[in-house]
Amino acid sequence: MPGTPRPRGALERIRRRAGHDPTPEQARRRLRAITSLRLAPGQVVAAVITALLGVALVAQVRAQDEAGLSQLRESELVALLDDVSGRVDDLQQEVLELEADRRRLEGQQGDVAAAEAARERLQSYAILAGTAPVTGPGISVIVDDPDGGMTQTMLLDAIQELRDAGAEAIQVGSVRVVASSHVGVAEGAGGGSVTLDGAVLVPPFRIVAVGEPDTLAGGLAIPGGFLDSLRGAGATVQVVEGDEVLVDAVRPTPDLRWAEPVPATPSS
Amino acid sequence: MIPLIGLVLGVLLGLVVSPEVPVWLQPYLPIAVIAALDAVFGATRAALEGIFNDRVFVISILSNVVVAGLIVFLGNQLGVGAQLSTGVVVVLGLRIFSNVAAIRRHLLGA
Repeated sequence: MPGTPRPRGALERIRRRAGHDPTPEQARRRLRAITSLRLAPGQVVAAVITALLGVALVAQVRAQDEAGLSQLRESELVALLDDVSGRVDDLQQEVLELEADRRRLEGQQGDVAAAEAARERLQSYAILAGTAPVTGPGISVIVDDPDGGMTQTMLLDAIQELRDAGAEAIQVGSVRVVASSHVGVAEGAGGGSVTLDGAVLVPPFRIVAVGEPDTLAGGLAIPGGFLDSLRGAGATVQVVEGDEVLVDAVRPTPDLRWAEPVPATPSS
Repeated sequence: MIPLIGLVLGVLLGLVVSPEVPVWLQPYLPIAVIAALDAVFGATRAALEGIFNDRVFVISILSNVVVAGLIVFLGNQLGVGAQLSTGVVVVLGLRIFSNVAAIRRHLLGA
């Protein structure tokens, strides 16, 4: 068409006459006619339809703003999925690390518990070995025996009865009674006096035992027992039960030269 | 001018009322809007060419919207909804461009 001016001009004339291809002047005149506020019925219909279009446009834009994943394209969804998967991986890694941390910390707590258990065991061993002073409910027995009527057997009986009655710590005079305690007799001017771990018991002295007070007192008071025999020998004995008696005599930590623990054998 | 005022009023109304798009309409509304836009530009061009006819405008805009919706519906039924929607949008976009180019030529002679 551009290369043939004559037919083109003829065609243009025809088309312009038919109104299909207006000159710019015609077009501007028509534009002015449209833009003038003339209430032609066609304009009103067009206005109603364009108003509907405006509402639909805004509604669609709004819907697009609020649109969730369903409005996204496949590639966007894939990218989103990749993103989320990566994040999930990261978080799972973090979970693993945190769980490892937790296990480590729990292990430390186990160490604390073990240390606590060891400390308690050490405490009970200290009480049994007599290296620590002890207080608690128990009885206090005051023995006044000016005639020296108490025999070695009577003291052994007393210690035996107290242990049998569940005494956890015993002190006779100023001597703590422990596993290695022994009762002996010292030859002296008065015919003989009882010794405990080599120390002479000079009356009046006190026997203090920590344990259940009633049981301890009952153990000493059985017929033919410690109290009976001592009173029969002419001594005065007084038993006092207390909620808080003090065993304050201590012993140095024994220095064991010979005994060694047998190593634990895993097979047994 | 009055159609332009109508468009502005419609946009304002939509902004004020902010209508909720029903779910069944959601796939069709964007295509319908594009189709209507195409009809509006076509109408503008026709007005400049002096052949604007309100009946033709109404029928063209309605048929554009309905056909666009039908194509999307068919595409969804056939499982090629996304591709068909893209095709419709491309065609309508081409038409909008050619209409705008014609309007520009008519008004500016270039």
